[in-house]
Amino acid sequence: MAERPEDLNLPNAVITRIIKEALPDGVNISKEARSAISRAASVFVLYATSCANNFAMKGKRKTLNAGDVLSAMEEMEFQRFVAPLKESLEVYRREQKGKKEARKDKDKKADSEEQDKSREEDNDDDDDRMEEEEQNDEEEVDN
Amino acid sequence: GTENRLVSLPRSRIRVIMKSSPEVSSINQDALFLTAKATELFVQYLATYSYKHGRGKEKNALTYTDLSHTAEECETFQFLADILPKKILASKYLKMLEKEKRDGEVREDNEEGEEEEDEDKAVGDSVGS
Repeated sequence: MAERPEDLNLPNAVITRIIKEALPDGVNISKEARSAISRAASVFVLYATSCANNFAMKGKRKTLNAGDVLSAMEEMEFQRFVAPLKESLEVYRREQKGKKEARKDKDKKADSEEQDKSREEDNDDDDDRMEEEEQNDEEEVDN
Repeated sequence: GTENRLVSLPRSRIRVIMKSSPEVSSINQDALFLTAKATELFVQYLATYSYKHGRGKEKNALTYTDLSHTAEECETFQFLADILPKKILASKYLKMLEKEKRDGEVREDNEEGEEEEDEDKAVGDSVGS
């Protein structure tokens, strides 16, 4: 699947909202500033991925895991993110667990097609949906 | 804003960016979530830091220059320096190019006299040599 250049960008609307919520009310954000932050965010993802991947390789693993990302944050001097990330991860894992259990009940219905999608990685959903993706069937083995 | 969702950035898009790295084979679900969440924290941090330390706030704004300053002055954000270059006046840039050309070439077939008007909007245009 070839990436078009715009695929490496994050949705403007979401970026704008995150910025607005972080800054005091009423602060104007120039279009140039917004675009710059969006690009910076993409670069951040690349940098974090590369860093996390180094940790995975050190551990002789081919799959990036949560620990790798957290280690990357420390390495990149974003230690301040580690605690909030860990908290969010807890919540996320609980949610996932809850969803799994809910799905077990739905299993009786004809949901079996979703189970055939790839296990290790996320499905490619609609890019710009704001809601959390609820129907992903991501059964991870390792952690 | 509502805090109902755990992370706002679309994970599928984050995944596309991550996978554009050739060395990456696969990404587990937790790692993807954390990367998305970390990116949000990053956006917040970059915005607030730049606003706090920049001059845009004198006009109640966050400007590109604020961001560019952050990349240059704060070590944590230095990895952004290349994509957030400082802006300079067009006239200065053109003069820089001219100078490089002069320094680089032995021949002198370029006009020495730069009498052209530059298309700057800035008022205080520096009139160089």
